[in-house]
Amino acid sequence: SVEEFLNGARVVVSARTYADFTPQATFDIKKCDLHKLEEGPPLQAVLTREEGLQYYRTMQTIRRMELKADQLYKQKIIRGFCHLYDGQEACAVGIETGINLSDHLITAYRAHGYTLTRGGTVREIMAELTGRRGGIAKGKGGSMHMYTKHFYGGNGIVGAQVPLGAGVALACKYLGNNEICVCLYGDGAANQGQIFETYNMASLWKLPCIFICENNKYGMGTSVERAAASTDYYKRGDFIPGLRLDGMDVLCVREATKFAAEHCRSGKGPILMELQTYRYHGHSMSDPGVSYRTREEIQEVRSKSDPISMLKDRMLSNNMASVEELKEIDVEVRKEIEDAAQFATTDPEPPLDDLCNHIFYNDPPMEVRGTNPWTKLKSVS
Amino acid sequence: MAATRLFLRASPVKCSLTGLTGGVHSSLGLTLLKLSPACTAKPQAQRRHAAHFTYHPEPAPSQYGPTQKMNLFQSVTSALDNTLAGDPTAVIFGEDVAFGGVFRCTVGLRDKYGKDRVFNTPLCEQGIVGFGIGAAAAGATAIAEIQFADYIYPAFDQIVNEAAKYRYRSGNMFDCGKLTIRSPWGCVGHGSIYHSQCPEAFFTHCPGIKIVVPRGPVQAKGLLLSCIADQNPCIFFEPKILYRAAVEQVPTEAYQIPLSQAEVLQEGSDLTLVAWGTQVHVLKEVAAMAQEKLGVSCELIDLRTILPWDTETVCKSVVKTGRLLISHEAPVTGGFAAEISSTVQVRVRWEIKAFYFHRGWSTYGSL
Repeated sequence: SVEEFLNGARVVVSARTYADFTPQATFDIKKCDLHKLEEGPPLQAVLTREEGLQYYRTMQTIRRMELKADQLYKQKIIRGFCHLYDGQEACAVGIETGINLSDHLITAYRAHGYTLTRGGTVREIMAELTGRRGGIAKGKGGSMHMYTKHFYGGNGIVGAQVPLGAGVALACKYLGNNEICVCLYGDGAANQGQIFETYNMASLWKLPCIFICENNKYGMGTSVERAAASTDYYKRGDFIPGLRLDGMDVLCVREATKFAAEHCRSGKGPILMELQTYRYHGHSMSDPGVSYRTREEIQEVRSKSDPISMLKDRMLSNNMASVEELKEIDVEVRKEIEDAAQFATTDPEPPLDDLCNHIFYNDPPMEVRGTNPWTKLKSVS
Repeated sequence: MAATRLFLRASPVKCSLTGLTGGVHSSLGLTLLKLSPACTAKPQAQRRHAAHFTYHPEPAPSQYGPTQKMNLFQSVTSALDNTLAGDPTAVIFGEDVAFGGVFRCTVGLRDKYGKDRVFNTPLCEQGIVGFGIGAAAAGATAIAEIQFADYIYPAFDQIVNEAAKYRYRSGNMFDCGKLTIRSPWGCVGHGSIYHSQCPEAFFTHCPGIKIVVPRGPVQAKGLLLSCIADQNPCIFFEPKILYRAAVEQVPTEAYQIPLSQAEVLQEGSDLTLVAWGTQVHVLKEVAAMAQEKLGVSCELIDLRTILPWDTETVCKSVVKTGRLLISHEAPVTGGFAAEISSTVQVRVRWEIKAFYFHRGWSTYGSL
């Protein structure tokens, strides 16, 4: 039939076979600034073709997912708060490739990227943003409260997640399972008191905790120079060894994370990493993002340091992938996001019965007062 | 019927009701009981409401001089402007206050009074309040802003253990009476769990501080200026949903509205309604509905100062009507309505005509 003929033709037409591509290449990466460390991560990183394509796909998925969230927010399908991660994809992807899925991770509210890298699906994430029952937190958490196994969110209160992360690290040490906890916070949170309390405890008890400060140069609308007496966030741990690296380069982040994970797993105690990165959007969807920085600055970062472009250029110039192949990935990613958005828009909202569930943990269902004495709501956990 | 249905159907704002009449002998009670089955019907697929009440501006006060049209955040700016102009020791600080604040309450003040008087702090609530206590103890009129009341908890220790007890433990040798903490408060519709909280109940358990919640721009300016002038550390919660929604003619000069004095907004004979902040406007509509549909005459009281609260006005009203209904946005268990009800029960027990009902949502107020 005509269809079979065309299908056959399509297969034959595919341009290059995989044998044409370079299977792996070694790249020079920037040297990290070190604090209380004799030596740092290696200055070169090996990237295989498969890894490269995987990093590209994941970063592109995060990028498109965030842009879709932006669109849905402007259409008022997503409401409430929405803090987007585009520009910082290399951090999430690089960190994940430096640790295992069985390790633990906790971050603040700019969490969509991490939810994905830690095992969430785009459908679940988008449905959570729109507050539907198919969401990763059953529609009750929203943008800031997404969780997966070994990913403790998604936390709204600035800096509050850091002592939690140290606690998780303590559990890892106590259970002797060779797992570590990656504990993320931003440049704004770096000035919170509880962070310093955590540094002290983690160091005293040699907890396997990697503290990571994602320094995107602005705490909401305040630039780092105006908020911090010392902007060397990697040194703020004082007695904790630290590294500062380029958070826009996924290979840099990966190598540093591997180095840090090794440091923790060998029982040396906590370590601090500062990732210098940048967010293209404002702090949240209510922030246009241009009243405290210029459009030129944003444009410059986009053109010179975009993490996805950087990886793409590396792969193309080393013949590790073709332009068509990457375009195909783009198309697939776009489709995945479209499907997820469709799901997120059409999935029903959580049932009213769910309103009072999970307040406490209780074996028999608990009764919760409604707005008049004749309606009682059930709380089940 | 109207009252209970309003609270079931409306809006993102859920509130706690305490002490609604269940009296047997009044037709009011019977009507309410009869209509309750209708209220158990599930509301239709969630409708979105921008606001569940209409703000009705109050007439311009005439005794404080010329007035100007202002909304709530502008009235706060005006109060702060008057303070900085009249008191050379006054300083305003908090997260992002320099450019005007995330709710525009401090717009223009830095340009007018200088960056040593209106300045940003880093992101550290405990530090902000601790620093404020010190500044106030040393003689500055310190006005600290906590960006959202939901973030006030890191400062809880400083407020309860340091600020509230300073005068007492030093035998009046030191105090931080010149400290005022301002914070946006209350449900706004899209705030969810961390941008909608009403933490006043946590602080009412602590003697030594004052807590004030205004219902509109005229009230806000007068009460804020009173808090600043008051020689005790004060927490001033500003209902964020009213920042733009509430517009009134507000006096441009400085004026004060006394603290610890509740205001009777509407006199009535059958039922006393007590609320503060946004809920005052909800209950205004409830009172109107009750009058129209049930022929019930409601007396509406705005508590204004939550701690120390005006027990006299509320008790006097309950003696007159025999019934009390309190509405607030915070969770019902341990909410301030419980304290009001129990005090009223003790003081006017022989005048109460209804049984004591205590109910409301016990889940997060912003859901």
